[in-house]
Amino acid sequence: MKGKAHCYPRDHINTDEIIPARYLNMDQERELAAHAMEDIDKTFVKKVNEGDFIVAGEDFGCGSSREHAVWALRGAGIRAVIAGSFARIFYRNCINNGFLAIECPEAVRKVHTGDSLTIDVKSGKILNETKQESYTFTPVPDFALQILESGGLMKTIIQKVKA
Amino acid sequence: MGSTITEKILAAHCGRETVRPGELINAEIDVIMCHDVTTTPAIDLLKTHGNLHVAYPERVVIMPDHFVPNKDIKSAEMVAKIRRWAKEEKIEKFYEIGRHGVCHALLPEQGHVRPGTTIICGDSHTSTHGALGAFATGIGSTDLAAALATGELWFKVPETILFKIHGSLQKGVFAKDVILEIIRRIGVDGALYKAMEFTGNVVEEFSVESRMTLCNMAIEAGAKSGIINPDEKTLDYVQAHSNKIFDVYTSDPDAEYSDVIDIDVSDLEPMVALPHLPSNGKPVSKIGDIPIDQAWLGSCTNGRIEDLRKAAAEMKGKKVARGVRMIVVPATSDIWRQANREGLLDIFMEAGATVSAPTCGACLGGHMGILAAGERCVSSTNRNFVGRMGSPESEVYLASPATVAASAIAGKIVNPNAYKQD
Repeated sequence: MKGKAHCYPRDHINTDEIIPARYLNMDQERELAAHAMEDIDKTFVKKVNEGDFIVAGEDFGCGSSREHAVWALRGAGIRAVIAGSFARIFYRNCINNGFLAIECPEAVRKVHTGDSLTIDVKSGKILNETKQESYTFTPVPDFALQILESGGLMKTIIQKVKA
Repeated sequence: MGSTITEKILAAHCGRETVRPGELINAEIDVIMCHDVTTTPAIDLLKTHGNLHVAYPERVVIMPDHFVPNKDIKSAEMVAKIRRWAKEEKIEKFYEIGRHGVCHALLPEQGHVRPGTTIICGDSHTSTHGALGAFATGIGSTDLAAALATGELWFKVPETILFKIHGSLQKGVFAKDVILEIIRRIGVDGALYKAMEFTGNVVEEFSVESRMTLCNMAIEAGAKSGIINPDEKTLDYVQAHSNKIFDVYTSDPDAEYSDVIDIDVSDLEPMVALPHLPSNGKPVSKIGDIPIDQAWLGSCTNGRIEDLRKAAAEMKGKKVARGVRMIVVPATSDIWRQANREGLLDIFMEAGATVSAPTCGACLGGHMGILAAGERCVSSTNRNFVGRMGSPESEVYLASPATVAASAIAGKIVNPNAYKQD
């Protein structure tokens, strides 16, 4: 998994900032994507290319339970969020969507916007090709990996219900 | 080693004797509450994943509240979609306009919250219901869809922080001030992933409604849930609102806590959380002159009858300051009617405030009191994030209903009269 970093090193970036409530009368990923991170950075959507990463501080995704935050970021092209830590409901929502949320304080300290990163989930490492550095992240829990690999929680629910 | 109330409820809902923090479990869900914003995506997920149906329609309670009465065509379409789906799935508990209200005020009021139960909703403030000794937590739409399809959901058993709140509150200082003080001390991620269990003489003396205010804002410290061991007050409240049976669980004396925090609130003053985090609490006496454009009274945190009574006591016979717009939003239809019977709505309107129908409304920047750039609002709500109530250039100050009401009269953020007189 390879992409460019977009750094927002502040702590406590909340879901109201990731997707403001004024857009919650919509729930389609492509509609929401147009407004991702709008109240933090109006140019965000234009800057992001498919497969890029957000790098942010502690407690990313705090506040509202709106899963729209995950969908808006994914719709905008973001493949994973690397943060010091994550708020609980946002983290659940990431796992359930098969969307990568990686805890790596070292990367948050060292990565700059525009750095080219490769994330290797299996080895638990982020390679910063621009700076020729490598950072180890907290392993993604096994159950989360299983949900990720099966393509999200709903895939496992179908199997359970139809079994 | 004993167990906490949270561990006991979760153990009972996954068929185990005991569970320990960190364990992953699948827990049976007793009550699945659905509101307008997060339910439509769950419906789509069910339909696009093998056309899954609701496993237990009798456990589902639908309470559209965020953008109701519908503010625009898109929000009207959302609720219309939920109505059609509820009919298809034979979900009978649907709280339509006229019986409606802010879901976390309405759910206990209508008897759907009982001690010892598990409750989920696609809404972060679901922690409110821990006030009645239930395990209640906010989740996303995929979780909601999964629970609707199976009647259960995965959880990591949380560690618990015990908050012992003791002392004697001064007049004019309320549950809202206590929880703002707690969040100020521990920060907006101070209880990340954990359960916050509240105990102590102050909690015991609190009404059930005040306990709801306390648990409601547990999420503002990052917690998975807030919870209070049931006592006589809890049982009286629940039995007055529901005739269903329930099991009462309480924490063992030797339960293990990740932390125990003692707080003496005897010297606590009325608090206000400055923009843009709920943890930016300061005593009102220390903030200087902060003029306001709007005062907003309502929400799942502080839109219940005791909140309206406290605000009305501050406003009786007085006038809202020139240049200030005061908006009162009783949280449920029953609260609205009760406030009307007690003459509270007259007090608000004679003071120059307006009273709206129940809705989450402007609390999350939906409608009914959105702020323009440069405007400032003192609000009895729960979040003061950038742009929370409107323009990203507006400001929200969180305070108790009494402080909001007193501030509307003064035109700037001030202590309640109830506090000053003492």
